[in-house]
Amino acid sequence: MSDIALEPVVGPISQRTIVVLVENKAGLLARVADLFARRGYNIVSLAVAPTHDETFSRITIVVDVASSPLDQIVKQLFKLIHVVEIAVLNPGESVERELLLATVAAPKTLRGQIAELVDIFEGKIVAVSSDALTVALDGNPAKIDDFEALLGDYEIIELQRSGRIALPKIGREVPRLRAV
Amino acid sequence: MALEPIELNGGQALIKSLEMEGVEVIFGYPGGAILPVYDPIIDSRIRHVLVRHEQGAGHAAEGYAHATGRPGVCMVTSGPAATNIVTPLADAYLDSVPMVCITGQVGMAAIGTDAFQEVDTTGITRSVTKHNMLVTRAEDIPKAVKEAFHIATTGRPGPVLIDVPKNVVDAQNPDAYFQWYYPDEVNLPGYKPDLTPSDESVRRAVDLILAAERPVLYVGGGVLKARGAEVLRQLAETGNLPVVTTLMARGAFPDSHELCLGMPGMHGNYTAVTAIQQADLLIAMGARFDDRVTGKVGAFAPGAQVVHVDIDPAEHGKVRQPDVSVVGDCRLAMELMLVEIERRGGRTAFADHTRWRQQLSGWQERYPLVYEQSAPGELLKPQFVIEQLRDACPANTIVASGVGQHQMFTSQYWRFDHPYTWINSGGLGTMGFSIPAAIGAKVGMPDRLVWAVDGDGCFQMTGQELVTASVEKVPIKVALLNNAHLGMVRQWQEMFYDERYSEVHLSHDMPDYVKWAEAMGCVAFRVEEPEEVEPTIAKANEVNDRPVVVEFRCVPGEKVFPMVPAGGSNDDIMVDPSQRERA
Repeated sequence: MSDIALEPVVGPISQRTIVVLVENKAGLLARVADLFARRGYNIVSLAVAPTHDETFSRITIVVDVASSPLDQIVKQLFKLIHVVEIAVLNPGESVERELLLATVAAPKTLRGQIAELVDIFEGKIVAVSSDALTVALDGNPAKIDDFEALLGDYEIIELQRSGRIALPKIGREVPRLRAV
Repeated sequence: MALEPIELNGGQALIKSLEMEGVEVIFGYPGGAILPVYDPIIDSRIRHVLVRHEQGAGHAAEGYAHATGRPGVCMVTSGPAATNIVTPLADAYLDSVPMVCITGQVGMAAIGTDAFQEVDTTGITRSVTKHNMLVTRAEDIPKAVKEAFHIATTGRPGPVLIDVPKNVVDAQNPDAYFQWYYPDEVNLPGYKPDLTPSDESVRRAVDLILAAERPVLYVGGGVLKARGAEVLRQLAETGNLPVVTTLMARGAFPDSHELCLGMPGMHGNYTAVTAIQQADLLIAMGARFDDRVTGKVGAFAPGAQVVHVDIDPAEHGKVRQPDVSVVGDCRLAMELMLVEIERRGGRTAFADHTRWRQQLSGWQERYPLVYEQSAPGELLKPQFVIEQLRDACPANTIVASGVGQHQMFTSQYWRFDHPYTWINSGGLGTMGFSIPAAIGAKVGMPDRLVWAVDGDGCFQMTGQELVTASVEKVPIKVALLNNAHLGMVRQWQEMFYDERYSEVHLSHDMPDYVKWAEAMGCVAFRVEEPEEVEPTIAKANEVNDRPVVVEFRCVPGEKVFPMVPAGGSNDDIMVDPSQRERA
C-alpha cells in the first residue's frame, strides 16, 4: 500500500497542477479549453469529472509554468463566470494520480518478463490474448513515467495515459484562491 | 400586495424581463428565429430602433452605453445576424462596454443539424463576450436576463450574450409557457466581484504616491466606467499630480486643466509620452498598459515604479509588474486614497513637484500639437476642421469617432472637458464605429449635440445607418473628413513601406457623399475652402429635425504626429517635422 507520507516529489519542477472547481454547466470545458487556446497557454494534461456534489465539477489541469504564466492563468480562469474556486498544488504537497493502460506484444518468451515488471510496479494485467497483454497501472506520475519507460523495452501496440487528478495532502494548507 | 399569477410565453417573458431591468431602448433587426420575440415588442413600452445592419445594432448599443452609463441592449436573429454582431461584441469586450445582446437561435430540436440560419453562436462568441448563455427552457429566461445584466454591469463591465432557441419563445409551443416570476437576486457562486481594495494596498500605494518626485497619473477607461472623474480631479489637485488620459479616458480629466498633459501613446502628445518615460511613479488608474500606450514594453517608463489600480485582477501584472497592486473599483480606490492622504497631512504630505512641473511645462511650450494650415488652392487640413468644429460646439457635445487618422486628430485637437463626451473604438479599432455609435448616444442623450467624426473609409462601412437615423428621427451630425484615402494605412505605407501605396486610394467623389447623404434623408453639405468651414458647421448645428452630413474635402497626404512607430520605444517619439530641428 502506498503511504501518503512517503509520496515522493514528482513531475518536472516546471509543472503545476491547477485544480479548478466549476459549476457544472453545459460548455464549461469548452470555455476553459478556449481560454487556454486563445491566451496561448499549454495544457500538459486534463481531467474532468463531477465532484461528490454533482452541481459542481472539478477540472484538474497540469500546466507547464516555464512556458505559461501561472499567475495569469489563474486570474484569467477566475474571469470565467462559473469558476468557483481554484487551488494550485505543488507536487510535493499533494497526492497525484494517473492511470496508464497499455497493450504490449507478449510472445510466450517475453510474457513472464512483462508480468514480472507489472508485478514490481503493483500493476495489473487486465486482458490477455495469445500474443499480447493489456496492462493497467495507477500511481503518481513519476511512477507511471518509470513504468512507461521500462515498457519501452517491449513492443507497445497501444498506450494511453489519463489526465492527472490531484488533491492536497491531508493537513496541508493549500491556498484556495477565490474569485475576486 | 400579492399579484395574480400570470402565465407568459418565453417571448413575452423575455421582453418583460428587459422591462424589469429598466431597458428603454433595444437596437435590433428581426428575422426568422427571433420572430416570436418581436411580436410582444409591439405591446411593450420599450422603444425599438430598427437598424439597417446588425453590426449597427451592436455599435448603437455601445454608443448608448458609453454616453449614458447604462447597459446597451441589442437583439438580432440567428445565423448571419449573430455573426454580423460578433464585431460589436468584440469591440465591447475590448473596451469593457456594458452590453446585453440577445440572439435568436434555431429550435432546440434543430440545434446541431446545420439547420437554416444555424450557427453555434455561443461557441463563436465565447472569446469576445464576458459571458454568454444558451437558454434551453422558457422558465429560465427571467433568470438568464437577470444574470446577464448583473454580469454586464458589475465588476469590469462587458458584453453578455443570451442565445434563445425559437421553440423556447414560441407562442405556439405549449411548453414555452410558464408562471411568470422575476428573480430578486442572482445566484452565481463563482462571480462575486470585489469592489473595495484592501486597506493595506491603499496604504502602500499612498506611500509611493506621497514620496514620488516625478509622478504621473496614467488614467484609463476604468475611471469612466467607475464614474470616477470627480474624485480623480480631487486626487490630482490634492497632490498636484500631472494627468495623462488614454484614448479610452479622454474627458475623464478636463483637457483645459493645468495638470492635464493630454493623451499618451502612439499618437499622444510629446509631453504626455515623455512625462511617462521620465516619471519615477506611474499611478495607473483603470488603465491596462495597452501596446498602443506602452510601445516597446521593456522601454516603457523605465525609471518608474508602478501603482496599478484596476478592478480586474488579471490586468495586474499582465503587461507590467506593478510595485503596488490595488485591486478594486477606481472610484472607491481613489476615495480611500484621499482619506489616507488626508490622514497623513493632506497636500503638505506630498513631495515637492515644482521642478517636475517646470520640466513638463517646458515640454508643453516646446512641443505643442502643430500642423500647417493649407496653402491657397489646397484642400482642407483635417486638424483645422476639428479645431473649427470644437470651437463651434458646446463643451458638452458628444463626439463619436471612427478609426484611423480622423480618430487621432479628434482625440488630439478636441478639448474634452467633460466625461462621457468621447465615444470611440479604442481596443478593437473598428472602422465604421462612429455613425451607429453616435445614433446610440443620441438616442440615450436626446438633448445633447452629437457629432460623429468619420473618415471616408469608415463612412462607406456603416453609412447606411444614416437611414436609421432619418427614419427613427435621431438627428446626429456627421463630419466626414474625406481625404480620398485610407489615411492611416497610407501614412504607414509612406513612412514604413517606401511610399509604395497599396490599395489605399479611395476617391474624393466616388461615391458622391452629398447625394448619398441626401438620398438617406440627411441634410448634406460639401466644404472645400477653409473659410467655408465655420459657417457650414453653424448651418449644420441649426438643423435639429434630421441628420446632417458635412463632407469636408481634405488633403490626402496629411500625417498624424507625434508618432511612436509600432513596437518602438516611446523615447523615439517622432514629433511634427517642423519641430524636429529643435529637438
